[in-house]
Amino acid sequence: MSVDTDQGVDITDSGSSINNRKNNFVRYVFFSCALVTVLTTLGIILVLVQGSIQFFSEVSLIEYFTTTNWSPVIEPRSYGVLPLIWGTLMITVGSALVAIPVGTATAIYLSEYADPQVRRTIKPTLEILAGVPTIVYGFFALSFITPIIQTFFPQTGTFNAAAGAIVVGIMIIPMVSSLSEDAMSAVPDDLRNAAYGLGATKFEVSTSVVVPAALSGIIASYILALSRAIGETMAVTLAAGMAPQITGNPLEPIQTMTAYMVDIGISDVSVGSIGYQSLFAVGLTLFAMTLSMNIFSMWIRSRYREEYQ
Amino acid sequence: MSIDTTTPFSDATGDIERKRRIGRAFVAICFASTLVGIVALVALIADVLYESWGWVTWEFLTYPPSQSVDYFLNGTRGAGMYPAIVGSIFLIALTAVFTIFLGVGAAVYLEEYAPENRLKSFIEANIANLAGVPSIVYGLLGLAIFVRAMQLGASLIAGALTLTLLILPIVIVSTQEALRAVPDSQRQAAYGVGATQWQVTRDVVLPRALPGIMTGTILSLSRAIGETAPILMVGAATSMFVAPDGLRSAFSAMPMMIFEWATLPQAEFQHVAAAGIVVLLTILLLMNAIAIFIRNKYDPRS
Repeated sequence: MSVDTDQGVDITDSGSSINNRKNNFVRYVFFSCALVTVLTTLGIILVLVQGSIQFFSEVSLIEYFTTTNWSPVIEPRSYGVLPLIWGTLMITVGSALVAIPVGTATAIYLSEYADPQVRRTIKPTLEILAGVPTIVYGFFALSFITPIIQTFFPQTGTFNAAAGAIVVGIMIIPMVSSLSEDAMSAVPDDLRNAAYGLGATKFEVSTSVVVPAALSGIIASYILALSRAIGETMAVTLAAGMAPQITGNPLEPIQTMTAYMVDIGISDVSVGSIGYQSLFAVGLTLFAMTLSMNIFSMWIRSRYREEYQ
Repeated sequence: MSIDTTTPFSDATGDIERKRRIGRAFVAICFASTLVGIVALVALIADVLYESWGWVTWEFLTYPPSQSVDYFLNGTRGAGMYPAIVGSIFLIALTAVFTIFLGVGAAVYLEEYAPENRLKSFIEANIANLAGVPSIVYGLLGLAIFVRAMQLGASLIAGALTLTLLILPIVIVSTQEALRAVPDSQRQAAYGVGATQWQVTRDVVLPRALPGIMTGTILSLSRAIGETAPILMVGAATSMFVAPDGLRSAFSAMPMMIFEWATLPQAEFQHVAAAGIVVLLTILLLMNAIAIFIRNKYDPRS
């Protein structure tokens, strides 16, 4: 790199003051860039709250949170958000059933058993899964997962909650495996060696020493992954359908909060109508859920972190 | 762990044999789980390639879309995703301009200028939180602020600004890491010859951190190019027959077209959607290859 010595060694008063003024100006420019991130957060909150206020001036909070029929655009209208929340929870719980066992076992294998060469290859390969656009997962669910489900359960429709949950689960495996593996690799070898010294087997060291020691990081990775599953949009829109209903059957179509927002986004709902306003009410509900989970995850990591020298 | 201390020697061989079996079963389970993710990735790629076989043609890359699936077939008039490909490239180019300016500026402020105080930790905590906000919420932000309040309409620039805000947290964090990797001794040396903070940043820190910044930015942009939900909320069109010709023009993008085709009822459109995915994934792969190339070529550690 080249240091511009013409200006750099200018020791006259006038030169320094120009440089100082330039320096201060640049400082403000950079500060404004950083400020954009704060404004983004404020903007999100403002937009969601403002739209929601308009929505809740026409719909009571009690109806929104306690009734079980969601149809804000089609007559007869009703505004019970529970079917959308139920749909989101089905996807989230279903994807957790896939991603948490698979991701945790993968992390244990990579951290404790795999040799470094294998780990260096497999970890980035798995992370490709997180980089694939979610629309591609939606297509994968429709063209691959759903036909497989249909061979076992012929009554399954084209759109079903199970296919959505499975692809979202696949999508978040690398979040669980990578973050958990980081936490396990950070456990110092002294702890492992101490356990081996007591006669523990590798299985006992992995499950009774390493996993408990890394537990805060592992749990934090679960929560982050679930928060991602809650906000996941295109895959569940394509795979799980557009039918807001409360059902226990994963083979039936459902609608998540995000899929509802897409539904309104692609239809011609006029600005200011109740359908348009409902976007922001549902958006605020979604934002509140993911934000609280992200904050919870950070809190767990900082509260329960074991510091090793 | 519980170690049986009551009968240390009586049945040791049987006990060890049992523990070995548990250990082997455990490794097998963990290894099988590792394979689940890899098998899923292989299945996904194989499925897309199989469905798109014969549908990715030159016409597919150079013609506008059509309602009739026959036109997409090889050897007929030709229909494709040309407006969406150009739309996506324009969208990402614009996003890159905004993102590099804002992302590098914010990261330089946080790493080089900001004093270690509450404001800095507040901004950093805020960035960490923004990274966890679902992308569709950014779509609502873009819809309300850029499309409605600033009256940009469902335009290319509104889409690019929305995607910029979406990837800004990732770009800032990766740029901060690149800046942090520049050794402090180099800054001190420049200060020692009388450089101001801006001169140190411009002539010493940024050139040295540039490969890291580029890698992080390209990787973030490759995330932006595959995003559907935010540009869908902003109002990207699915039926665009010409490429966008200005900042304020309506636009389509590759993920929007794929979404449109995937939801059409005719079975043949599944193949068209798969062909679109192949084009999208190829561009993604290229961007990632460029990022990795830059990292490997200029990384001082390698």
